[in-house]
Amino acid sequence: MINITIDGKKIIADEKKSILETARENDIKIPSLCFHSDNSPKEGCGLCVVEIEGRKGLFTSCGTYPEEGMVIKTKTPEILKVRKTNLELMFSQHAEKCNDCVWSNRCRMLNLAKAWGLHINRWEDRKKNYPQYDFNKVITFDSSKCINCSNCIETCHKQGIDFLEVKKEGGFHIVVPSSEKNKDCVYCGQCVTHCPSGSFSGVDPSLKIEEAIKNNKYVVFQFAPAIRTSIGEEFGLEYGSVVIEKMIAGIKKLGAKKVFDVSVGADIVTIEEANELIERLTKKEKLPMFTSCCPAWVKFVEFYKPELIPNLTEVRSPHIVLGQIIKTYFAEKEHIDPKDVVVVSVMPCISKKYEIQRNELKGSVDYVLTTHELSRMFLKNDIDIKSIEGEKKDELLGFASGAGVIFGSSGGVAESATRTACFKLLNKKLDKIDFKEFRGEEEIKEAVIEIGEIKIRIAVVNGLLNARKIIENHLHDFDYIEVMSCPHGCVGGGGQPVPTSKEIRRKRAAGLYEIDKDEKIRIADENPIVQNIYKEFLTDKNIIQKICYTKFSKKEKEN
Amino acid sequence: MKTDIIQKLKEANLKGRGGAGFPTYLKWESVLKNNSSKKYIICNAAEGELDLAKDKYILENYFDEVISGIKIALETIDNSSAYIYLNKKYSSLVDKKIIEGLDITIIEEDTGYIGGEESSAINFIEGKNPEPRKRPPFVSEKGLFDMPTLVNNVETFYYISKINKGEYSNERFYMIVGEKIKGGVYELKDEMSIREILKLTNNYLEIPFYVQVGGGAVGEIMIEKEFDNLVSGEGFIRVISYEEDPYLLMEKWAEFLINGNCDKCTACREGTYRILEMIKTRKLDLKVLEEMFLTLEKTSFCALGKSIPTPFRSLINKVILND
Repeated sequence: MINITIDGKKIIADEKKSILETARENDIKIPSLCFHSDNSPKEGCGLCVVEIEGRKGLFTSCGTYPEEGMVIKTKTPEILKVRKTNLELMFSQHAEKCNDCVWSNRCRMLNLAKAWGLHINRWEDRKKNYPQYDFNKVITFDSSKCINCSNCIETCHKQGIDFLEVKKEGGFHIVVPSSEKNKDCVYCGQCVTHCPSGSFSGVDPSLKIEEAIKNNKYVVFQFAPAIRTSIGEEFGLEYGSVVIEKMIAGIKKLGAKKVFDVSVGADIVTIEEANELIERLTKKEKLPMFTSCCPAWVKFVEFYKPELIPNLTEVRSPHIVLGQIIKTYFAEKEHIDPKDVVVVSVMPCISKKYEIQRNELKGSVDYVLTTHELSRMFLKNDIDIKSIEGEKKDELLGFASGAGVIFGSSGGVAESATRTACFKLLNKKLDKIDFKEFRGEEEIKEAVIEIGEIKIRIAVVNGLLNARKIIENHLHDFDYIEVMSCPHGCVGGGGQPVPTSKEIRRKRAAGLYEIDKDEKIRIADENPIVQNIYKEFLTDKNIIQKICYTKFSKKEKEN
Repeated sequence: MKTDIIQKLKEANLKGRGGAGFPTYLKWESVLKNNSSKKYIICNAAEGELDLAKDKYILENYFDEVISGIKIALETIDNSSAYIYLNKKYSSLVDKKIIEGLDITIIEEDTGYIGGEESSAINFIEGKNPEPRKRPPFVSEKGLFDMPTLVNNVETFYYISKINKGEYSNERFYMIVGEKIKGGVYELKDEMSIREILKLTNNYLEIPFYVQVGGGAVGEIMIEKEFDNLVSGEGFIRVISYEEDPYLLMEKWAEFLINGNCDKCTACREGTYRILEMIKTRKLDLKVLEEMFLTLEKTSFCALGKSIPTPFRSLINKVILND
């Protein structure tokens, strides 16, 4: 630790933290746009510049580290002046399309411009005619909004995808989708959450949903595990706040007939996946078994590593299973024509928009809304989840076990499956229910679980580059591998609110584990709703196969 | 042997000829004293400055001398390998037979102006974007593949060979260009004034003129009363008569810079573009220009962006406004 001074305040600083981070931790505000705590400092936007006594010029605080005795000033008239010019220059390239931007009213560019009284249209937008790309009706990349920070490039690279690349055209470096045959988007959506200028977004189906409601369709919403601890952010609640009943009330107000919990689907998936794992372990075939509830990971395997397709569990993902159950079991029970049922999944995820387009899954779920898109529907309809009176989940498919809830965090699927595998193999109440070895933000977690005679070597991975590392170097060191594309799993999903950071994701995950801890039923098999479904509906192999299982196939380049 | 060449470089007072003018022996010492198991040598032959072609001339005429300079470095620095970072346009000029059997790899590049900056060159050789790196660490401590790296310009290696042979007596290469003069590349004494050089080479115009010195894009404009100044930086002189349109020259600079920068910093990418836009209208708003210049100087990451105001400001003040 060393001693420095920032704006006259004496600070004991860590040399390994940049001046920007050090200042922020000490409540000294320094504006920045191109800095993202998940990525390397970009040092390009020119907003975070500071003055260091005894040194000539200004320095980007995101990439400059404190040294003993440093005296730093962050707000000299000169600094304020050049920051303004740089921000106006960023607006001079960026086409302002604020109405449907993922940053909503949290846009740092616009908020700074307001605070500084800038003229955001001082120049005509240089990029106004830059193209908009559509990645398979899943992600839109509007390059006219790009401010050249290159966070998307690093993010895509860190996923091991490199689908986004920089090309030089007409004297300028521009971000483009790769035309190389061996590179394709897997729709993880991390570009969406790491872009400071809202250039990337999911393709929003909300108008179609409104249309269905208007046409008196029987619209059923189901919400994913990870939504409940993130949607509050869109309404100014603390990170990690649990919002369930108020969100349900909001969705009902939009006109949904029923609101169900995808975690119920997660409980069914857990049961089936544990069965499949035990079967594969017994037969010693197609090991290691990979989870397949993350569609970006599935696309990664199908495109980049098709030889591993047999290793993916064939169990469908939770919202697809529940979507199927809604359109069959539920529709029948309620005497509704399945053709009138429209299922909307609210997901922390962009790649789920891709999943529902897959031929073998078509019809299970009609629309996927991201956390952010749902919040925008709320805004549009004057629904404030802070003030709305809460409503309970609809009973039939409303109650999930704690295991179904933690699916939303990296390690959650592995922990749920482990609970169920223990329950099945030991055939008794478990002494140990928490498998903390799977929890936390670490990119690769490993554990060996001993259940009686059986030893299961489990890895939990988040991030596709990490998955690639495991595949290429340690494939046969494990029997079961959970892979989630996004940092910290679905809590860090591409459809989650911006901004995102390690700290924010940690709080969202903590919220989920809190729910699990307080839940009386924490094993999928003990969920009475699920037990009932197995008793009344999923009664034989054929119907289970039809509702819960799928196939995968090698994919060619789609974008 | 090792201290021998360093001593010679020191005595010759050779300064890097890439434009920055850093004493060569210090770079060599820094790489040598590092205990790393692997070291690299890069001969920078990217020559990306506007209208500059003195390295081209040296490669064309004295490639063997340049190679012998690189060989001295290879012999002096243990466990080293060398690269020639070569402007693609110069590909046909080098006789590849000369490097056969030597640990020298030619990397051809077409990265433009910023790609010639030494840390950008290192990034390019590593397969990364040719963008400047932050200093410290200096490339002599942590350069190519994170190993200590000696980066010297073509001309510097040429003179290292000459110094080693005892054939150096303070020369350097100058490139002189201009619409109304013959121009060319000349090997003359270092530290000569603008006037001396132009007179000696018969490039001193009869009609009133001014010059740009030190670089074809970011070199400073000097007028007659400054002609006794020494030529520093790159040995480059552009002779411009008052009959020529200074706006066209500024357009040429701005277009070159927009095309040659890495686009990382807002001011360099967008500010330079707005400067060009303004020049094209032929109406200069000095307040806006100064705002752009200040932001370029203060918030650009590398020396290229910081130096962009130099040619514009000096041309506008000394020639257009005639201060």
